[in-house]
Amino acid sequence: MTQKNRLQNGGRIDRSQSLTFSYNGKEYQGFKGDTLASAMLANGIDLVGRSFKYSRPRGIVAAGAEEPNAVLQLGATEATQVPNVRATQQELFNGLVSASTNGWPSVETDIMGMVGKLGGNLMPPGFYYKTFMFPQSLWENYETMIRKAAGLGRSPKKNDPDSYDHINHHCDVLIVGAGPAGLAAALTAARSGARVMIADEQNEFGGCLLSTKETLDGKPAAEWVASVVAELSAFENVILLPRSTVNGYHDHNFVTIHERCTDHLADIAPALQARQRMHKVRAKWVVLATGAHDRPLVYGNNDVPGCMVASAVSTYINRYGVVPGNELVLMTTNDYGYQAALDWHEAGRRVAAIVDTRTAANGSRAQAARAKGINIILGSAVIEVQGGKRVTGVSIAPISQDGNKVTGAIKALSADTVASTGGWSPVIHLSCHTGSRPIWNDEIVGFLPGKTLQKQLTAGGINGQYELAAALSEGFAAGQKALSELGLPAVELVLPKAKVAVQDAPMSLFHIPHIKPTSQAPKQFVDYQNDVTAAGIELACREGFESIEHVKRYTAMGFGTDQGKLGNINGMAVAAKILNKTIPETGTTIFRPNYTPITFGAVAGRHRGELFDPKRYSAMHQWHIKRGAKFEDVGQWKRPWYFPQGAESMQDALNRECLAVRNSVGILDASTLGKIDIQGKDAREFLGRVYTNAWAKLAVGKCRYGLMCGEDGMVFDDGVTACLGDQHFLMTTTTGGAARVLEWLEIYHQTEWPELEVYFNTVTDHWSTLTVTGPNSRKLLSELVDYDITNENFPYMDWKQITVAGVPARVFRISFTGELSFEINVQANYGMHVWEKLFEVGAKYSLTPYGTETMHILRAEKGFIIAGQDTDGSVHPHDLGMSWCVAAKKPFSFIGKRGMARQDCMREDRKQLVGLKTKDPKQVIPEGAQGVFDRTAQIPMPMVGHVTSSYWSENLGHSIAMGFVKGGLSKMGESVFYPLADGSVIEAEICSPIFLDPKGERQNV
Amino acid sequence: MYHIYCPHCAEYREEEEFHAAGQAHLPRPLDPDSCTDEEWGTYLFFRKNPRGIHHELWVHAAGCRKFFNMTRDTQTYEIKEVYKIGEKPSIVAES
Repeated sequence: MTQKNRLQNGGRIDRSQSLTFSYNGKEYQGFKGDTLASAMLANGIDLVGRSFKYSRPRGIVAAGAEEPNAVLQLGATEATQVPNVRATQQELFNGLVSASTNGWPSVETDIMGMVGKLGGNLMPPGFYYKTFMFPQSLWENYETMIRKAAGLGRSPKKNDPDSYDHINHHCDVLIVGAGPAGLAAALTAARSGARVMIADEQNEFGGCLLSTKETLDGKPAAEWVASVVAELSAFENVILLPRSTVNGYHDHNFVTIHERCTDHLADIAPALQARQRMHKVRAKWVVLATGAHDRPLVYGNNDVPGCMVASAVSTYINRYGVVPGNELVLMTTNDYGYQAALDWHEAGRRVAAIVDTRTAANGSRAQAARAKGINIILGSAVIEVQGGKRVTGVSIAPISQDGNKVTGAIKALSADTVASTGGWSPVIHLSCHTGSRPIWNDEIVGFLPGKTLQKQLTAGGINGQYELAAALSEGFAAGQKALSELGLPAVELVLPKAKVAVQDAPMSLFHIPHIKPTSQAPKQFVDYQNDVTAAGIELACREGFESIEHVKRYTAMGFGTDQGKLGNINGMAVAAKILNKTIPETGTTIFRPNYTPITFGAVAGRHRGELFDPKRYSAMHQWHIKRGAKFEDVGQWKRPWYFPQGAESMQDALNRECLAVRNSVGILDASTLGKIDIQGKDAREFLGRVYTNAWAKLAVGKCRYGLMCGEDGMVFDDGVTACLGDQHFLMTTTTGGAARVLEWLEIYHQTEWPELEVYFNTVTDHWSTLTVTGPNSRKLLSELVDYDITNENFPYMDWKQITVAGVPARVFRISFTGELSFEINVQANYGMHVWEKLFEVGAKYSLTPYGTETMHILRAEKGFIIAGQDTDGSVHPHDLGMSWCVAAKKPFSFIGKRGMARQDCMREDRKQLVGLKTKDPKQVIPEGAQGVFDRTAQIPMPMVGHVTSSYWSENLGHSIAMGFVKGGLSKMGESVFYPLADGSVIEAEICSPIFLDPKGERQNV
Repeated sequence: MYHIYCPHCAEYREEEEFHAAGQAHLPRPLDPDSCTDEEWGTYLFFRKNPRGIHHELWVHAAGCRKFFNMTRDTQTYEIKEVYKIGEKPSIVAES
């Protein structure tokens, strides 16, 4: 057996199931039940990474979510790479491939480590800000170099082969944490019939009971855990979620749980299984039974591999059968710490000394240690550790009882492991997520959950109740409290009996003094992951960063993936000491979601690829695909952009499509236009209030173009509305504006004019809209209708209910091209039929399908605006030269009227929409180009407006453009210049935006 | 993620179904044309940004499509009450 630190017996591992894993390219063995960290320790792997700033060697410190150093890169293939996985939370599986993420060129020989060694003092807090910000132009280069050297893990370059799920739940009681308190609460709630969920981040329930030698009712605690889990599993009203981290506690008792379903099985999830699942839970009550983290002490060279938190040592021994060294020195400020030395001793390895910072220790655990003959040194501390890639010895000295100075001679001891504890820190993170500030408690030397508005209960370690009996009874009480709040009956629960230990008070100590001042002592790390030292925090305070939030940002304390779980309280204590304040006076940073990092896969769930966003297709979409259309996204709609033939370029296709419409006939799929059905006896009045123009006299059978403005007078949408009946209208909107317009109508109706009887409904998807346009459109359509569609019988701006290709249709004689046009609206599912019939009879007219780009060119030739392209929320109808569309005399002060009458809106020199004709007819001005009047002006040149629409017009043989020009409507014939990024300048003449058929004769035949 | 009671549907629904539509109780002046530029500008642009009790307009956009008012604490994110358009809030900030 090569696992030199593995015990022959004990622990919750299965020694009959050997698993092979690799770390930095070398293969090792572990057992089923191991975490990656326990297997690494079993194999005597001391080095798991290099530190972020100083590149110092680092080893495993903790055994759970709080681990700052063993943050590894996982993945056997490029596609399955996962960065920043805590080895302490990753279950071992056969074939697991892991690597350290920092250390360059390798973790063993590291270049930055030399910098750290030689120039430690050259990298104070704020080092990166102070050093790399200048010159700013080089920042990108610095960043690449720093990232390579510092190493933060890397994301995969190939697509993740796994899938991820989301699931919603509602429950009565959600219990977070399945340790003694959580299990007692869950059992209580479950027995009353409440809908219960219990989630725990570990692979099995039990929490601290999995790694303790304590007994319940005289039997191993794990037996009680097994019986509770068995009972809970049998309830239909209980959902048990192991391997599930409650990563966020949000408003109104909304909780997110990150379940790792298959991360423990293999590199890739088994077929048809989701790798991870995000549970989104709305809980009536939440019980936080999240326990506590052991807090290490801050002493010289406390980051040398072999330095660990005390409770982690017990966990590795008791749960995994791994003793992570041979010779232990334990430093503690409290009774609980003794347990690590007791467990170490029992595992048969040497405890060199227990160093207790207190002058007396007579609690049960201290007495037990004394009885076993373990050397206890009182009133002293480990002030410094020796060693490079592993602890080799320690310096122990007596300290003053205020913890501020060394008071006696240093004694050297040999050791390869230093376990330290400054007491427990309640895991209050989730209680902070909803904005509740934690409260310092001197008695437990830690923060407790603060006041909350959530329906939240807490039990056990999170309340500073660390004794097993207390945790159990608090769990039971929390369960009962939830039941009574829910109005459910109370239940009976006989709690198992735990031994009660006699406790001495803990000492409030965080930062161990050294014989040298902190700034000259060996580095005393507070936050391992971000290389924040006690000296660094002192320096930050001396430089004037007094608020703990500023200290945090300046030093980066707590910014790592571990969010300062181990370091933050020590950091606050160091700051408090230098600022001569108490910890509560210094204040605390609060924790935000997520508790531990989650994958992007879990966030995205199934919302990726095809399912990322809904797509909308018209009924003729398949025809467009067959015809080789190129598509454009308009909102969620897929619209044909143009229809290239053979090897045709886009411009060639557009030229052909444009000529076809003007010379014969073309067809556009206009189904995506927003359509709102408006009914009610006040529908007409309502239209008059929301449109700028007049609607009072629009007769049944007629259509009218309308402009819609905001209360500020600025145009936001436009479209044609048809009068279907005296109390019935069909409004069309821009494709992208449909939803917004409907809500606009609703908000005015519901909040301002509820007395109007009018109803709105979206019918966009109910209709297929086929626009047949061009001089031959009437000839073509007349072959398919049961009606006389001559100009006399069916004039411009009329609509008719007729039959097209045997299908009932509303046909609108409106035109967005300036040509004779018919917009055929049929029930959506008849769309394809009518479309194909039109092509059957249209062949002799060379009926040409065209897309949105040709539509844009054709309307621009006519000077028709597109709301959202030629408007941007800052232009009113007069700016657009559309004063004809504003009926100022309407009796009701329509939306936009007052707004466009404001002083600034009346200025003569506002930017106004005009046509632009380039001096060189072949030149097309880029859309967005900014115009100037004086091309010789100094930069920055005074800009007078931008180009909104610009195209090559094959019909006209020259380019056409529309754009805003200051005072443009009174500058017809004058020049405006467009200086481009390449240094060239395009000169254009200001003209009418109507380039073709200014009298509108072509549409009116 | 809020849990919102829609007074029209008479049910609690998830925040995803709703969106806020700005400050509540901002009636459109009955005669806009008689407003000065300043009065109209105040109606158009000036909004409260209180720390604490705030009255907002919300719409059950992916539900009944109806608007309603909400009294909300902007600091704690508590929803104090919801009430229909035209009704008055029963909870108001202490002045």
